[in-house]
Amino acid sequence: MHYLMGAMVSAAATSTNATNHADTAWILASSALVLLMTPGLAFFYGGMVRGKNVLGMLAQNYVTMGMVSVLWIAGVYSLAFQGSNGLIGNLTQFGLNHIWQQPAGMSLTIPPMVFVAFQLMFAIITPALITGGTADRLKFGSWVAFSSIWLVIVYAPVAHWVFSPVGWLAKKGAEDFAGGTVVHANAGAAALAVILVVGKRKGWPKERMRPHNVPFILLGAGLLWFGWFGFNAGSALSANTLSAYAFVNTNTATGAALVAWMLTEKIRDGHATTFGAASGAIAGLVAITPACGFVSPMGSIIIGFAAGIVCCLATGLKNIFKFDDALDVVGVHLVGGILGALLIGFFGTAMVNGANGVFYHGGWTLMGHQALAVAAVVVYSFVVTYVLAQIIQKTIGFRISEEDEVAGLDLSQHAETAYESANLSDGSRFLSNFTSTK
Amino acid sequence: MKLITAIIKPFKLDDVKSALQAYGITGMTVSEASGFGRTRGHTEVYRGAEYTVDLIPKVRLEVVVDDGDAEKVIDTIVKAASTGAIGDGKVWSVPVDHIVRVRTGERGVDAI
Repeated sequence: MHYLMGAMVSAAATSTNATNHADTAWILASSALVLLMTPGLAFFYGGMVRGKNVLGMLAQNYVTMGMVSVLWIAGVYSLAFQGSNGLIGNLTQFGLNHIWQQPAGMSLTIPPMVFVAFQLMFAIITPALITGGTADRLKFGSWVAFSSIWLVIVYAPVAHWVFSPVGWLAKKGAEDFAGGTVVHANAGAAALAVILVVGKRKGWPKERMRPHNVPFILLGAGLLWFGWFGFNAGSALSANTLSAYAFVNTNTATGAALVAWMLTEKIRDGHATTFGAASGAIAGLVAITPACGFVSPMGSIIIGFAAGIVCCLATGLKNIFKFDDALDVVGVHLVGGILGALLIGFFGTAMVNGANGVFYHGGWTLMGHQALAVAAVVVYSFVVTYVLAQIIQKTIGFRISEEDEVAGLDLSQHAETAYESANLSDGSRFLSNFTSTK
Repeated sequence: MKLITAIIKPFKLDDVKSALQAYGITGMTVSEASGFGRTRGHTEVYRGAEYTVDLIPKVRLEVVVDDGDAEKVIDTIVKAASTGAIGDGKVWSVPVDHIVRVRTGERGVDAI
């Protein structure tokens, strides 16, 4: 509920439910910005996979844009934002029936239809994030089935708990401005569950799978950074001082994380890499997402810097625990989302918005709420996703055949290839050959 | 007739081509190649994971010349391609039995 405080204040300042045209224009623009993040994510991930799997990655992301756009309107929006039950919404706005009515417990200064559009974009990118962890080995049709069901049984309830003012975690006082728990920790935990069900890529970790197009990664990261202003500053649901705080905090933390990741690499590996710059930026964006409307710009520097270092080191967890998180969704989104959500417990300040954290004489109460939200979302997402993925695997099959995996997703799932020599080695450099040294 | 094949550093291609044109050769074939010699490969790092690249990019240049020109053409290539550093490449020649210009049907030295 706290993330709506800005909207509530301006609602009170005008009159209840009066539409504010400036707010409406900003949230419509923000919705478009957030939509652009999913193509951005597709290229961020697409550059990281081998050349024979890039179209498969793009396809999984784009089909999510298609499927979720329909399901959200059909009933998932209503499940997330209507009703009075703290655990799950209802279907009173099935097909956007009676959509002029406010979302449960809210008093928006924007038409509810604008809120539907804005929240739709969050519902698109959350399942899309999972595709990075499970890259190169999912059947396309099974992904469509999985992500559609996941949207209903995992995303809708979790969004309801945290984003809807009637949700049980929001009522407890858990703060998540734009989705550190709902989007990032949720998708990260789900990715881990699916990874454990479908197993590792053929050849991993002995055979190294080098990113086939680093410029794509940087291009995708730039699009994500740009779109994220809509994601975070738009989550004020108003064009006001709070949205400006969210905007500045988002950019500041991202910059700090980019520098911190490159610095960590320089010290550990000897070189600061462009891939590290992109990864650091995303880690900062993830960690500031829950916090951007609750902390000061100085707080955002510390959160960003911490995210850059912690997430850089966390991408090594998969090598220790032997789970093939292909593109580091666990290391960046699960770890970064949890980190950002918990750091609100230290850096949250009522001078910006919401409750005071430990460093602002607020005691440990807020931290308790944050820890509860993190635990509830991560456990629920992991357990339900694990069961769902097992059912998919045992019925229609989630993982592609070994023959299809060798051929690559592009050819085996879509009868297309991105590059003429896509089936040679890593598919980008003619006859390049890679062997691992550690 | 001899087929001279040179494996050189890609950035030296323009120098070698200019030197061979100045010498007066009438044609050449250039292709991208990759491989290793004494240089071995190099190391790349992606998100902390090290990758050894065994095969490094080179340019392969092929030219057919009359027997009397072979030594001088090889010397021209070696001089133009040399940087003195490891990885400068190799040049070799092999005898050619037949050569035909497709358009005219000319054979032997006339076809070069």
